[in-house]
Amino acid sequence: MNVTYPAASFRQDATLPPVSSPLLTVQNLNVSFGPAHSRRAVVKGVSLTVEEGRCVAIVGESGSGKSVTARTLVGLTGARSHVQADLLTFQGKNIDRLGDEEWRALRGKHIGFVLQDALVSLDPLRPVGKEIGETLLVHRAIRTRADLTERVVDLLKLVGVPEPAVKARQLPHELSGGQRQRALIATAIALDPALLIADEPTTALDVTIQAQILDLLSETRERGKAMILISHNLAVVSQMADEVIVMRHGEIVEHGSAEQIFGDPRHDYTRGLLKAIPSVRSRGSRLSSSKAPRFISAEGEEVRELTQSDIAQRSRPLLEAERVVKRFRGPDGKLRTVVNDVSFSLGHGETLGIVGESGSGKTTVARMALALEMPDEGEVTLQGAPWTAATEKERRHRRSDISVIYQDPLSSFDPRWTIERVIDDALARRRGDPLDRTSRQSEVSELLDLVGLSPSFRTRRPLELSGGQRQRVAIARAIAPRPRIIVCDEPVAALDVSIQAQILDLLGDLKSHLRVSYLFISHDLGVVHHLSDRVLVMNHGEAVEAGGADEVFLRPRQPYTRKLVAAVPQLHFQAA
Amino acid sequence: MNAVKTIGNRSFWLARRLLSGLIVVWAAATFTFFVQFLMPGERAQIIFNANTGNVGEIPRDQLLAINARYGFNQPVIVQYGKYIRDVMHGDLGQSYVQYQPVTDLIARQIGPTIALAFAAMLTAWIITITTTVLFAGRDNIWSKALGGFQAFLATLPPYWLGTILLVVFAIQLRLFPVVGGNTLMGLVLPTMALALEIYGFLGQAVLSEFTRVLDQPFITSSRMRGTGDFSVRLRHALRHAALPGITLSGWIIGKLLSGAVLIEAVFGRQGLGGVLVTATSTRDIPVVSGVILVSAALFVATSLFVDLTVRLIDPRMKEA
Repeated sequence: MNVTYPAASFRQDATLPPVSSPLLTVQNLNVSFGPAHSRRAVVKGVSLTVEEGRCVAIVGESGSGKSVTARTLVGLTGARSHVQADLLTFQGKNIDRLGDEEWRALRGKHIGFVLQDALVSLDPLRPVGKEIGETLLVHRAIRTRADLTERVVDLLKLVGVPEPAVKARQLPHELSGGQRQRALIATAIALDPALLIADEPTTALDVTIQAQILDLLSETRERGKAMILISHNLAVVSQMADEVIVMRHGEIVEHGSAEQIFGDPRHDYTRGLLKAIPSVRSRGSRLSSSKAPRFISAEGEEVRELTQSDIAQRSRPLLEAERVVKRFRGPDGKLRTVVNDVSFSLGHGETLGIVGESGSGKTTVARMALALEMPDEGEVTLQGAPWTAATEKERRHRRSDISVIYQDPLSSFDPRWTIERVIDDALARRRGDPLDRTSRQSEVSELLDLVGLSPSFRTRRPLELSGGQRQRVAIARAIAPRPRIIVCDEPVAALDVSIQAQILDLLGDLKSHLRVSYLFISHDLGVVHHLSDRVLVMNHGEAVEAGGADEVFLRPRQPYTRKLVAAVPQLHFQAA
Repeated sequence: MNAVKTIGNRSFWLARRLLSGLIVVWAAATFTFFVQFLMPGERAQIIFNANTGNVGEIPRDQLLAINARYGFNQPVIVQYGKYIRDVMHGDLGQSYVQYQPVTDLIARQIGPTIALAFAAMLTAWIITITTTVLFAGRDNIWSKALGGFQAFLATLPPYWLGTILLVVFAIQLRLFPVVGGNTLMGLVLPTMALALEIYGFLGQAVLSEFTRVLDQPFITSSRMRGTGDFSVRLRHALRHAALPGITLSGWIIGKLLSGAVLIEAVFGRQGLGGVLVTATSTRDIPVVSGVILVSAALFVATSLFVDLTVRLIDPRMKEA
């Protein structure tokens, strides 16, 4: 490590600090990366204090420097980092300039750290019990083997893992997502540290699991421990935090009590973040500050007179799934029913939201709607004609009627293709008269304009774009063949809240302009509620509840839907 | 219930692997049997030459006598059936030249070859683990040089390296015997000649995985519990990094068996190499076939061992 911590100054067994002094003090922290001649500052002049038993939240989007700030507190900013602070004290002792040994004495014992996504944060080759035991062993907190086993099982019990003695011997992938995250928290609180730092502890989890993990973290707080909670999810933060720090580009833009930040945000950026959260309140309004794009006129379609058959077709649903069932063979050779007896219909210009937790079968439904997966029973019809029951040869010329937008557009682009080629390729599949080269070129520019990208993007490649820009290109590609339906599978799940707001606004604008229908799939109830006319709730492959968006989310009838709605963290202190 | 299923899965897997291993050995036996008909020269002529020590045309009566004795006059399919039956009974036939069973010949010489291959593999692994744990993924010049050094070693032919080692350490410095026979000191230089090249391949595979794993969140997570750097490398990273190395070791065994032939010649060691060279030059077909068959069996056994080790280290494999 290039970090210079020469003189040792942290002593484990030094006398306790006076009660009045804060647990942690950071003054004017600066962190930069890279060699001296091209240093990149990622944290600029950050100051914060954490009192005993308080929860301080750091909120910001990716690249805001929130995680780096937290890692500084355990001396793990990595090689090639340069840490500088006017003051850095923990429990009254200076923790600036600590040696390796002293940092290690601090980590795990006095400061616990929980990373996001336990699937990658626990060693996949070691039983979870060993990972928890590691904290105890490293700090020599146990005497005998039996003692170790007992403490590990007790800890797993404490964090609410069922059958703790069995789970302790299992590997991370054998545990459910929620159990894994609980085990990871157990590794961090094993020695009851005075400060617990949780970096996006619930980001990869379903809402009901997220609610359980937040409860568990709240319990830890109730035992009088201080916490630093890092999250991009403002609703999560509003439930836990006493104090909130909003970071952007490595700087603190606003710092205040939770009541003040959520009730009376002073800074424009904070206000923008709060406004960007899609929910029932945001329906029908714009989430981002971006203006609706000036649209080119969609020529052709409107001027055409409606014929008898057109009118007949309008009265019928565009896409209809009739009691579809899909089974897959699991690794143990047994058939598992992934989608069971699900029916839905999607009308002209309508948005049907499908919401469910991971494993609920929502993506399989989307793949059947796209006829990429064939139902074992039942069928999907498109514009009144057989769709999944048709042969691929019959389907091919109709495929341009239905497009798709995925969560991660990067993996659905050829990385060597320019953006122009990506869109041009989709244009070539438009039905009707084939476009000649020059009109295709101008069409690419118009499409880019439509999704809010300048023509200069034509020559760029997918890897050179940000996540939001990539998703805009994915949308341009989806609308290029002039589809009637766009299947959106978690289109904003990988995006920061402000980018998510822009993409959701764009999808809303395009819907009214192009008169397309959306089959919109998401695990995020707020996102689905914001955009959908009707909603289908799925659980374990079955359609639990269906109806109008407000009806389902505001007056849920089924217990599962109620549980789901109740688990969504709500923004507290919302301004009236 | 769960445990029963796991054991059931494992023995089923093992049975399947053993069966496919047997098929490989049978294919090798079949291949070597039929290839002898593609070789130039009558088999009876080869035997006559070996027996009499001259290279003249075999007389008619001798030809008939030898063909009758060895069963060469029977239909090919009958000869093949007899050969496979003998192999299944552990009989690899008689050497044309040395008048003794091929199995005896191989049994006497296989020990030194296996010792050499095992020593080379072990040495390569020790160097790999040491250099990886000490130098990989650090922000210093040694860490950067390591990969390049390994790539350089991988390009060195072991027989050439063997000659250099022999000249420097045995002839110039007189630290090791020039012709060592089967003593432990005599094993050092040939082992190094083979091990350094293997290390070039093995080290690179382990190094790249080790460096990748060091950046994984679970490593950071472990550091955040207060685990020391050495501990993180040894207990977490090495186990992951060893996996591609172990898989590669199966392939290396094959390379070692052929590499040993040349190294045994360079160092004048006993071993299968010498047997194979002599047998090939005298067209002693049963011996050549026997060595190939034994090598195939060794190769099958080691790849089974490799797969078992991988499954032991990575318990996730058990479900596949």
